[in-house]
Amino acid sequence: MDFWFSEAHTPNVKISIRVDKQLFSTQSDFQRIDVFESPEFGRFLTLDGYMMLTEKDEFIYHEMITHVPMAVHPNVKNVLVIGAGDGGVIRELARYKDIERIDMVEIDEEVVEVCKKYLPKTACAFDDKRLNIYYEDGLRFIRFCKNEYDLIIVDSTDPFGPGEGLFTKEFYGNCYKALKDDGIMVNQHESPFYTEDAMAMQRAHKRIVESFPISRVYQAHIPTYPSGHWLFGFASKKYHPLKDLNEKKWNKNKFPCKYYTTTLHKGAFYIPAYVEELLKDVE
Amino acid sequence: MNKLSQERAPIYEALQNFRRKRIVPFDVPGHKRGRGNPELVELLGEKCVGIDVNSMKCLDNLCHPVSVIRDAEILAAEAFGADYAFLMVGGTTSAVQSMVLSSVKKGEKIILPRNVHRSVIGALVLCGAIPVYVNPECDKRLGIPLGMKVSEVERAIKENPDAKAVLVNNPTYYGICSNLKAIVDIAHKNNMLCIADEAHGTHLYFGENLPVSAMAAGADMAAVSMHKSGGSLTQSSLLLAKNTVSEGYIRQIINLTQTTSGSYLLLSSLDISRRNLALRGKENFKKVMEIAEYARKEINKIGGFYAYSDELINGDSIYDFDRTKLSVFTLDTGLAGIEVYDLLRDEYDIQIEFGDLGNILAYISIGDREREIERLVSAMSEIRRVHSKEKMDFIVPEYISPVVAMSPNTAFYAEKESLPIDETKGRVCSEFVMCYPPGIPILAPGERITEEILEYIKCAKDMGCSMTGTEDPYIEKLNVLKGEF
Repeated sequence: MDFWFSEAHTPNVKISIRVDKQLFSTQSDFQRIDVFESPEFGRFLTLDGYMMLTEKDEFIYHEMITHVPMAVHPNVKNVLVIGAGDGGVIRELARYKDIERIDMVEIDEEVVEVCKKYLPKTACAFDDKRLNIYYEDGLRFIRFCKNEYDLIIVDSTDPFGPGEGLFTKEFYGNCYKALKDDGIMVNQHESPFYTEDAMAMQRAHKRIVESFPISRVYQAHIPTYPSGHWLFGFASKKYHPLKDLNEKKWNKNKFPCKYYTTTLHKGAFYIPAYVEELLKDVE
Repeated sequence: MNKLSQERAPIYEALQNFRRKRIVPFDVPGHKRGRGNPELVELLGEKCVGIDVNSMKCLDNLCHPVSVIRDAEILAAEAFGADYAFLMVGGTTSAVQSMVLSSVKKGEKIILPRNVHRSVIGALVLCGAIPVYVNPECDKRLGIPLGMKVSEVERAIKENPDAKAVLVNNPTYYGICSNLKAIVDIAHKNNMLCIADEAHGTHLYFGENLPVSAMAAGADMAAVSMHKSGGSLTQSSLLLAKNTVSEGYIRQIINLTQTTSGSYLLLSSLDISRRNLALRGKENFKKVMEIAEYARKEINKIGGFYAYSDELINGDSIYDFDRTKLSVFTLDTGLAGIEVYDLLRDEYDIQIEFGDLGNILAYISIGDREREIERLVSAMSEIRRVHSKEKMDFIVPEYISPVVAMSPNTAFYAEKESLPIDETKGRVCSEFVMCYPPGIPILAPGERITEEILEYIKCAKDMGCSMTGTEDPYIEKLNVLKGEF
């Protein structure tokens, strides 16, 4: 039997992963949710047919979206996470003992339930006492928040489908309002490589630049995402992602990270020339 | 199987059968299923160009429908509670104009609210009927035109017992309804037709807890914009009629100006949309209403914005309110409606229906989802946070009854000259002067320019009203008829 999962990265490019079996499939109120078992990547989750995470490479995304801002901000007590139904970001945040409160806003409760059941390696910290989960539209939730959070992590899906509202100026503006005077927002920032993705990436960057005084982009290598070259946005009211990096303090944590190091942190902000060009175009 | 019922869509079904027959086209349109225009196929898709075909035996003919178009019209009439329905492909403008042209002839009078759509005045230019205007009340705070008071319509009828018809907006752009049933009754008692511009009223026929529709209220004709709340393609529309008017005469009037090559894309979209409304309209509009109510609640939480609803109802000039409409008063944020409209589009990539001086209107329909509503509300919340200014005070100018010197038709075709506005007193105007707010014409073609009106224009300009309609964008000159009348 030849059983493959394929995702079109562009109309002319696709990636295929051999599948052992499909573990789960459902249509929630918002999207189609599937979980597969594969020989190469272990279990993986797709939403509306788009790869969200695989057991083999999810650590890259979750470490990079969490530890970069945590190593910069000196005193994170209140964190808001938008999306993150797979639990990976929560797992990374839960390592920090000084965090007092984690509010997580996920639009689709079924994603959380499915991940708890089929992806226990990421969905392992949902019982953390500091965590409050709100099942609603992130855009709506944040409308009512003001001067409340030290860090906002936007762990969204792509800018089409249910996640579209999380790539808008109204969302970034509301994030600015929800952050304290020295708050940081980090977001999943799409890929610069394929034309359509690059345009979405530019749009997001433009909207963030309009909303925050400091807005930088950093990168990571994620094999199962389109082109493998992925970006994150670092938007901040006060702290600079490199000048305010406190390596010594962060390294005292001695977290068992597989991708993130404070040295890589610095390197991640040095991006290819064509990406700099794309960003400059919209700044 | 062949019995006509609302589950059927005769034109759509005929097109499906037509496609299967693989008929070789030696008739128009010349693109021949798109083969002659590959770029058009690239843009619209093969399915779409494949049904862009001409009238033929199996597809009927819009000018003289006898088979599938006739069946579609019978089903539409049934769905809307009318005796006759006419499928229209020239927009609701053509439906309104056919309705007016079917009601009044040269020299006859028609009673209408001053805030009628321009298509109505256009019909009067065409047919030479004389307008008798009724003052729509104006909401002082919101600066919007309301409905006609029943007493005002009664007065107009008393003063013009020879009028042939009364036209009513049901509802207005902002969702406001007059007491249509009462107006129908008075009109009929005085041997006049009552006709309704329902460009914003398709959903009234299918949803619950909505204002009464024209056909249900007993009106004789209604122009219904299926492409607005009904979901059909732009430019498709319906003209509904009761058997108090002659079906054949209306068809003749329509055929004076309507194309003889009616688009099957438009016709089939009317057919499919009627089926959808008949089968699922009730639940669809329940959802639309819920979304609009939710948006109102959330917008009113932001502060500064006032999303109004049925609390405005006053039993007369606001006899009823269409709660699927999302109209928002913006002046308390210090921002004009038009500023919010521009900010939403330019800064937030959100296109709303319109903004006037004090209000915006976001069109809510069967195509909306919660997530887009969240974007709209969040963007408005951001606009208030980032852009709000000192509160603006605004006084809506009082209504002035127009003096109709001649029919719009005579004025339109007469010889004209352009004069500085101060020298126009006593002359007959040949163009429109519109003033926003409240979006009511101060002058229309054929009306006498009085001292009072010149005062009004000056005053409105000073107050910062937006003035449109004239050839001279600064309204320093006006076009008037040559000579004295």
